Amino acid sequence: MKNELLIKNGIVIDPLNNIMGEKMDIAIKDGKIVEEVSKNAKVIDASGKLVVPGGVDSHSHVAGSKVNVGRIMRPEDGRKMRESKTDVLRSQGGFSVPTTITTGYRYAKMGYTTVMEAAMPPLKARHTQEEIRDTPILDEAAFTVMGNNWFVMEYLKEKDYDKCAAYAAWLLKVTRGYAIKLVNPGGVEAWGFGKNVNSLDDPVPNFEITPREIIEGLTKVNEVLRLPHSVHVHCNRLGQPGCATITLETFKVPKDVKLNTVSDREHIFYVTHVQFNAFGGTGWRDFESGAKELADYVNQNKYMVIDTGCVTYDNTTTMTGDGPAEFNIQRLAGYKWVNGDVEVECGSGIVPFVFMPKNPVHSVQWAIGLELALLVDDPWRVIITTDHPNGGPFIRYPRVYAWLMSKKYREEWLKKSHPWATERSSLATIEREYTLEEIIINTRAATAKILGLNRIKGHLGIGADADVAIYDVNPEEFDFSNSPREVENIFSNALYTIKGGEIIVKEKQIVNVIQGSTFWLNPKVDKELEEEVLKEVKEKFKAYYTINFNNYAVDLAYLKNHREIPIVTGVA
Amino acid sequence: MKEIVLTPKELPKLPIHAEIIKPDAFAGKTIKEIGELKVQIGNKQTDLSEIFSVNGETSEDPSDLRIVIDGDVSRVKRIGEEMKTGEILIKGNAGMFTGARMSGGTLIVEGNADAWFCQEMKGGEAIVKGNAANYVGSSYRGEWTGMKGGKITIEGNAKSDVGEYMSSGTIIVKGDVEYFAGIHMRGGTIIIEGNALGRVGSEMDKGTILVKGEIKNPLPGYKYEGAVKDPEVGGIVHKGEYHKFIADISNPKAKGEIYALADKNNHLLPK
Repeated sequence: MKNELLIKNGIVIDPLNNIMGEKMDIAIKDGKIVEEVSKNAKVIDASGKLVVPGGVDSHSHVAGSKVNVGRIMRPEDGRKMRESKTDVLRSQGGFSVPTTITTGYRYAKMGYTTVMEAAMPPLKARHTQEEIRDTPILDEAAFTVMGNNWFVMEYLKEKDYDKCAAYAAWLLKVTRGYAIKLVNPGGVEAWGFGKNVNSLDDPVPNFEITPREIIEGLTKVNEVLRLPHSVHVHCNRLGQPGCATITLETFKVPKDVKLNTVSDREHIFYVTHVQFNAFGGTGWRDFESGAKELADYVNQNKYMVIDTGCVTYDNTTTMTGDGPAEFNIQRLAGYKWVNGDVEVECGSGIVPFVFMPKNPVHSVQWAIGLELALLVDDPWRVIITTDHPNGGPFIRYPRVYAWLMSKKYREEWLKKSHPWATERSSLATIEREYTLEEIIINTRAATAKILGLNRIKGHLGIGADADVAIYDVNPEEFDFSNSPREVENIFSNALYTIKGGEIIVKEKQIVNVIQGSTFWLNPKVDKELEEEVLKEVKEKFKAYYTINFNNYAVDLAYLKNHREIPIVTGVA
Repeated sequence: MKEIVLTPKELPKLPIHAEIIKPDAFAGKTIKEIGELKVQIGNKQTDLSEIFSVNGETSEDPSDLRIVIDGDVSRVKRIGEEMKTGEILIKGNAGMFTGARMSGGTLIVEGNADAWFCQEMKGGEAIVKGNAANYVGSSYRGEWTGMKGGKITIEGNAKSDVGEYMSSGTIIVKGDVEYFAGIHMRGGTIIIEGNALGRVGSEMDKGTILVKGEIKNPLPGYKYEGAVKDPEVGGIVHKGEYHKFIADISNPKAKGEIYALADKNNHLLPK
């Protein structure tokens, strides 16, 4: 009878269980959703309120060394939105690069309970896991960056997918990662020599492998390992005019790879923050949106999903593992810049950036993000993100919902924007408005399913983790299309957030802070093969790394309440 | 003009954050209510009346209000932060961030001012009768915009980084400055009547700096433009012959102007 909770009479939207706005009770016991609870259960009266699963963010940069470098290089960001400590909360601060503590609080206030850190360089895994542990409330996991890894590139060049899979499995295990992330595959390695790759068939210096082979290879490896999430891809030529062409080519690369997974996902390819990769034109003068063609392709091809990476017109911080892209941004904008090189594995760059409505290029970027969300018909296959903090901070999600739910609101912002947003994108001509159900699918059900977490996250069926958000709105009466400002307000301030059966937010205030957990994968591969691969890795470790092999793996003590997802793979 | 006098009692050892000392916050309150405004000491808050004895006459209208601080407040930070109107007179030394982000009114310090005096100032007038420390009229740490308007006069000396990232407004230093006056300057005017230890106008793109004393350690980024007689800088004609330089040409597009009094700065001329 410990920790029983009953949410009564709420209007529930739970897309994974096909519940679309029914009045019902949700019973919670010991952190899980259950059939019923005893009479002693604590009752929350949710009459006339919207009850949905806790939000799941599939792509956000919230922890790790580059986020921290962002904080260090931007004290002027850290002074924004400062709040003193209270009896419950520690002190908070930061806008685009908030502290770990602040990150946990702000997501919880919005009704989010699960967040994915989108890029963890293996060598920085310990730092990333420490920051994740430092982030309260949220359940988290991090994607291990592999797209420019020397071992990966060498195995793939030999087309030895089994060995590459064994190496990737080991890397996921020792970094406590959750998915395979590719960042500008091949390009970041080339950046070590001041170069980049400009097409999918440009060879990577010293490795003579092409981005196409890396993308296809790692997609195969991902399916060989049967991982819950697909490969998570940041395309080449990010942020360059005309990059939509290479993005479309990238979409086509893994077309023939067969789905093979332990989870319920139906896709094999996740392309992230597509807005930054959907630039048309040939230069900045004839710059235009390239979203239409990409969205059409996604509509026709069920094997892939995208997330948007919406621009929100804010003074934000761009940070990515894509070193050359950040260098280009710095050249264009002139803001301060940090470049990072992670030996053997990848790189990174960080530049502050101010997206301004009156800037022609920024206005088109803003339009592209929304176009992508609106032009892909199936809300299960396009995810709303801001690629926090690259397009804008995650606290702007409610504003993005409002834009998508209201044509009127989009028109209002189109007027504030440079005329290019109207002339060089199709945004002004799109009539579609997201329904509330679609927003809930998009931010809960679809993300959970895509991440392979849908059995425990993103729904309110029996056995799910008791992560629930209650919003102060009656979906049967409220006109979402005509009240965009209220929509922002409603989704910025959840009435209740319940995480693992604990009430975290009550009456829009955080009343309780708990520690979430970290998901990580432990793929089991053939023992002999693993030993063979590790023997090769150890030899090269001595030659390439500045760190001792024995100090490389991240001990589980660094993780918060770790939840291992064991996988028996298909490696022979 | 109504006047409120704050007399410091025995100040605690920890620095005090007192951004509520400004006419905008005092106006419309009784003397008792003013005494109950909160200041931060370390991680605790306390009443203003614990730190100062509060006397005088209040006003509904902040522009009709003068706050006089009758004593040394060098350990009290952020007095007059974001003040918009009215007047503050500090009869002793002022602490850090005095007048930060002020956008109007008058601020007078009779003693010395500590670092970050009038940081990110937007308007109004500020005068220091003694010396000022580093970063007069500068930006916030990490920010790329500094002083945007108003006028600062330092009657004594100032230390380094005067007008860092300044984009508009005027700073006049009647004494000497140390290093990096006008670093990253984007506009506005700095007039230095004494000597500059060096590196004046480092990485400046626009704006004007006039030095009536000697620039001891110049930068290689000065491009000599010739001698100018009686230049007009900051709306004042400065009598005498000056060498004019464009700075800092480490950025080829830079258009910053530096005037240095010819008599004292012949060592700056190209050989």
